[in-house]
Amino acid sequence: MSKVNPTDRRYTREHEWVIDNGDGSVVIGITDHAQELLTDIVFVELPEIGKQVKQLEAVAVVESVKSVSDVYSPVTGEVIEANQKLEQNPELINQDPYGKGWIAKLRMEQPEELQALLDATGYEVFIAAEQH
Amino acid sequence: MNKTPLYNSHVALGARIIDFGGWAMPVQYTNVIEEHLTTRSAAGLFDICHMGEIDVKGKGSFDFLQHVLSRNIDGQKIGQMKLSVLANEEGGIMDDLTVYLLDENHYRLVTNASTKDKDYAWLLKVKDQKGFTQVEITDETDNIGKLDLQGPQSEDILQQIVPAYLHSLKYYHFIQTKVLNIPAIVSRSGYTGEDGFEIYAPHDRISEIWDRLLQAGVDYGLKPIGLGARDTLRLESGMMLYGNDMDETTTPYEVVYGWIVNLEKDFIGRDALNKHLSEGVKRKLVGFTMWERGIARHGYKVFKDGTEVGIVTSGTHSPTLEKAIGLAFVPAGLSKPGTILDIQIRNHLVSAQVVPMPFYKKEKQYAFFNIFI
Repeated sequence: MSKVNPTDRRYTREHEWVIDNGDGSVVIGITDHAQELLTDIVFVELPEIGKQVKQLEAVAVVESVKSVSDVYSPVTGEVIEANQKLEQNPELINQDPYGKGWIAKLRMEQPEELQALLDATGYEVFIAAEQH
Repeated sequence: MNKTPLYNSHVALGARIIDFGGWAMPVQYTNVIEEHLTTRSAAGLFDICHMGEIDVKGKGSFDFLQHVLSRNIDGQKIGQMKLSVLANEEGGIMDDLTVYLLDENHYRLVTNASTKDKDYAWLLKVKDQKGFTQVEITDETDNIGKLDLQGPQSEDILQQIVPAYLHSLKYYHFIQTKVLNIPAIVSRSGYTGEDGFEIYAPHDRISEIWDRLLQAGVDYGLKPIGLGARDTLRLESGMMLYGNDMDETTTPYEVVYGWIVNLEKDFIGRDALNKHLSEGVKRKLVGFTMWERGIARHGYKVFKDGTEVGIVTSGTHSPTLEKAIGLAFVPAGLSKPGTILDIQIRNHLVSAQVVPMPFYKKEKQYAFFNIFI
């Protein structure tokens, strides 16, 4: 069923993931659980390069046939790249949420924010609790 | 929440259940796009038990219905169904419903789920006020189950469990027959733009038909379909949804239901509609498509040259056309196909173009298919 949530990254309670590149930048996306809830993703509104966001502020929008969902930035920072492949192939998020379905790359302003996010185990416990 | 007799089947099939106007209904079993395309290419089975059925019987039924319905039902034959508007005194749409003539002096109105109680109360009130003493009006919703079987393979699937020869059943006609030896009404009609059937049977036996149809349809690619795909299918086919695209503040002329209004006969709302028509219809519901990326949804604002001029009533990603489609109210002067409009999606404007309806029309029409039913 569900894919295993990789242990090399952190997770928000809003179902985003963030991976630290180690050079002050991070890559963000939405979790497998989130894409499963959304099912058929048909449109992604990507952030513009240079956009400044605060932690847990909306940075992108993901739409399925039925719904519109904000994607919240796991960290405060500046958008330095967006996954342009999602323009033509939004379904990459459904197919590979932790890889080819990444959404944006940001330059972190407050790296310590990462510590407050969940690790893979913490996220799994959180989802399990949310479902009851 | 109300549950249909098929609720447990939906759960067993892994459906995602939502609250749809007080009913626990399946929104999707797998995903909307897959279910949509299955219905277009093979067949889909829908649980529509939540919809309303109101029977109008007895002497004077015809006169009574002529008085409450916008459509002239004179000439309707037993075995024929008609789409009509139920209008209020102001000419506003209380409901859009289908009228089945089951027998002499016996009509069945099939209403939207959300409007059934209101319709029923209204019909009883008019009957009392206007002295239709011999007309008997009953709410049959709890006694009747309804399934829609839609898609090009529907006839072959259903024929396996119906004795009557279905191929000779014309569009917007029905037969009173047996499905699996269960007394049922089968009409050639639906809400998807495909060939297909609406099946009515006793509430407590509808699950037998549901189960058997799913079995009988395996080799034909039949799948159960949720309300998510029902919505995209109806929108692609240019069909409106009550509560979304129209309500009591909307007139039939604003939403291309003018063809089911007959101003020559006397009915509730006629005078208001006459006046409305002679004053000129100021706004119209139009179909639009977008060629830029994005999806316009219900409630989004419509602009022309920077001025707000209208509102989107339905909008989605069309699985067949693979682009955004929708319906919007615009001033009559901006309703011509080809007109360019802007729709506000979050904080930006996206161009849209008014197009003729429907968005999707199946290539090979059923032989007797005729839009002017």
